[in-house]
Amino acid sequence: MAATDVDVFSNEEKRSLNLGGHVGFDSLPDQLVSKSVTQGFCFNILCVGETGIGKSTLMNTLFNTMFENEEASHYQNGVYLRPRTYDLLESNVHLKLTIVDTVGFGDQINKEDSYKPIVDYIDTQFENYLQEELKIKRSLFNYHDTRIHICLYFIAPTGHSLKSLDLVTMKKLDSKVNIIPIIAKADTISKNDEAVSEINASMNALLPFAVVGSVEEVKVGNKTVRARQYPWGIVQVENENHCDFVKLREMLIRVNMEDLREQTHARHYELYRRCKLEEMGFKDTDPDSQPFSLQETYEAKRKEFLGDLQRKEEEMRQMFVNKVKETEAELKEKERELHDKFEQLKRMHQEEKRKVEEKRRDLEEEMNGFNRKKVAAETLSLSQPLKKDKDKKN
Amino acid sequence: MGLREDGSERGWVRERMGLREDGSEGGWLQKNLEGYVGFANLPNQVYRKSVKRGFEFTLMVVGESGLGKSTLINSLFLTELYSPEYPGPSHRIKKTVQVEQSKVLVKEGGVHLLLTIVDTPGFGDAVDNSNCWQPVIDYIDSKFEDYLNAESRVNRRQMPDSRVQCCLYFIAPSGHGLKPLDIEFMKRLHEKVNIIPLIAKADTMTPEECQQFKHQIMKEIQEHKIKIYEFPETDDEEEMKMVRRIKDRLPLAVVGSNTIIEVNGKKVRGRQYPWGVAEVENGEHCDFTILRNMLIRTNMQDLKDVTNNVHYENYRSRKLAAVTYNGTDNNKNKGQLTKPEASDSMSPLAQMEEERRDHVSKMKKMEQEMEQVFEMKVKEKLMKLRDSEAELQRRHEQMKKNLELQHRELEEKRRQLEEEKNSWEAQQRILEQQKLDASRTLEKNKKKKIF
Repeated sequence: MAATDVDVFSNEEKRSLNLGGHVGFDSLPDQLVSKSVTQGFCFNILCVGETGIGKSTLMNTLFNTMFENEEASHYQNGVYLRPRTYDLLESNVHLKLTIVDTVGFGDQINKEDSYKPIVDYIDTQFENYLQEELKIKRSLFNYHDTRIHICLYFIAPTGHSLKSLDLVTMKKLDSKVNIIPIIAKADTISKNDEAVSEINASMNALLPFAVVGSVEEVKVGNKTVRARQYPWGIVQVENENHCDFVKLREMLIRVNMEDLREQTHARHYELYRRCKLEEMGFKDTDPDSQPFSLQETYEAKRKEFLGDLQRKEEEMRQMFVNKVKETEAELKEKERELHDKFEQLKRMHQEEKRKVEEKRRDLEEEMNGFNRKKVAAETLSLSQPLKKDKDKKN
Repeated sequence: MGLREDGSERGWVRERMGLREDGSEGGWLQKNLEGYVGFANLPNQVYRKSVKRGFEFTLMVVGESGLGKSTLINSLFLTELYSPEYPGPSHRIKKTVQVEQSKVLVKEGGVHLLLTIVDTPGFGDAVDNSNCWQPVIDYIDSKFEDYLNAESRVNRRQMPDSRVQCCLYFIAPSGHGLKPLDIEFMKRLHEKVNIIPLIAKADTMTPEECQQFKHQIMKEIQEHKIKIYEFPETDDEEEMKMVRRIKDRLPLAVVGSNTIIEVNGKKVRGRQYPWGVAEVENGEHCDFTILRNMLIRTNMQDLKDVTNNVHYENYRSRKLAAVTYNGTDNNKNKGQLTKPEASDSMSPLAQMEEERRDHVSKMKKMEQEMEQVFEMKVKEKLMKLRDSEAELQRRHEQMKKNLELQHRELEEKRRQLEEEKNSWEAQQRILEQQKLDASRTLEKNKKKKIF
């Protein structure tokens, strides 16, 4: 046909066409769902909060089960994270749930670094995924995704504003993970408390859920419900007038679970990945604005890296050579010093010797002098007796 | 598992216990969920999201001209994808084999599908068809490369997926077997794309001829170890039965038509012959319905998954392994230690990391050795110094002793001398005294004598 027909066919324009009957691709969402159900779902929750604030109880309440959990002590050296994985089944839906507990949070005297283990844990999960994604032979579709999809941040129900530990921690976590702030043990705040609305306003339109957890069941009227029994009344977990538990469950599990997973992957993970790769020096375009292909980037990286190693080796050798020179010089110096010392001693010695010699000569002279005296005296005494005899003759 | 109050089955939860003593993974500790949690709603969430996002699919159509490819596509999707304004591949043949794509947007039941049809005008139509598959291979690879580059960017936005997810390969209904070109094409592409071989214009064969033809083709496919698209296994017995029935009818023999004919009061797509109407959607006339159900209604998602998880990953790992291998080649000359075999299970970055660690430990060892040698030499030198110091010290001591000896000797002599002197002087004095006494006595006597 004419050349124009060919061009028309091959352009990028998307034609909208009407169907003349039922084709059947409206089953595509079902096919996708069927695949997801077969694969199973995965969800990871991080619970951050002080010891005893009710994290485990809330998890048990949310998932309607008693997850085995030893009570944590208050005397931990630092904060450490304890992940536990459970396999849940409801209808035909498998959920691999991992609950990560922060043990020891807020228990130390110096809480400056409390947030660090938490941030490290989140980053490690991202790192593991990134490493898997970068492998040459990888299997992402059956990778057990441990990235944290949601962080439930438990705030103590003091009725005042956030503690500084809370502010610091939430700030650090905010860019790394989806956070839901939760006011724990809401049954200790009176609804009329102004502080509750204050907290709401002061947290930038975040809506912390005020929750109560309970695994005990209490009879109210003719129904048995989850509740906490006080002398002054019964706090019903699932009563929306008593606390926000229902809203939380609704939001977290029934409505937005998939959203949260997607956000984690599309936003938080991508951010981590971007930062990590940039840190390592990967770029998308070179100075000339030509997009780098993957191979070029890797090869360039590799050359740089090996050059680096080479340089380090050289440095080390050089340093060593210098060290040897230095030490040689030192030793020579020592040798010289020793030599000098002994030279000096020798000279002293010579001096001493000379003195002794002098003394000896002196002594000899004295002796000689003395001997001469003696001789002289004897000679004199020999001539004396003659004079006596002479006198006698007279 | 037990039923709840409302009759629904109870959910359960289980936790894997720790490792057993023998190191094997512990069993499961299972409990019932005490109430409805709500995550059974997850599939609905997935459903909703996917509808909102919309779907994409890329279908490639390959075969000689005149095999009814365009007609079949129009029949499959019940729409005028190919039309006089948008002619099929057989009408667009140029001097060389082309690979061209066209995108259409179709909607059904609230579901949006962006369909990309890729066809290959000129394929198999020349006198010499050597390498006429090359443009096809290049096209598929280039789409993989685009995806790989998009996936490897630092800044990743939406990654449009234009990878070819299914290739319908049309076999001419000769009745004998596969042509050499058919075999060549499939052998070269079966590890790059899901191939679904189809017998075109099935209404030119009787059922028996068709049966024989199919049998022959499958035999040749197995002989040449060609891997055509396989239906996934399911746990469902019913589904598996269907799958097996389909497998028996491979390759699917199809008929397409752009015309609607009335048969027994019903309006059907078909081809009017003097001897009757071959109906496209009649399972006894051809396998069109099976193809449509399989391709569109049940396995479209799976075709995408296999492309992503198998064909693309194969491409990717080959591409990346080549990069690292190139890298190591360069460095063999520099005498670096490299281990290409171990690289498969690691990302190139992890590999570099490992190399770095190796290097660091090598350097540490070297450093240690050099330290050792150095220390030893220094010790030797120091020892020598000490020895000579000791020697010199000894000599010095010796000389001092000598001197002291001499000193004492001298002292002794002096003392003796003094003693001698003293005694002699004492003697002299006595003598003097005697003399004096004697001279006095003499003087006295002298005086006496005078009187």
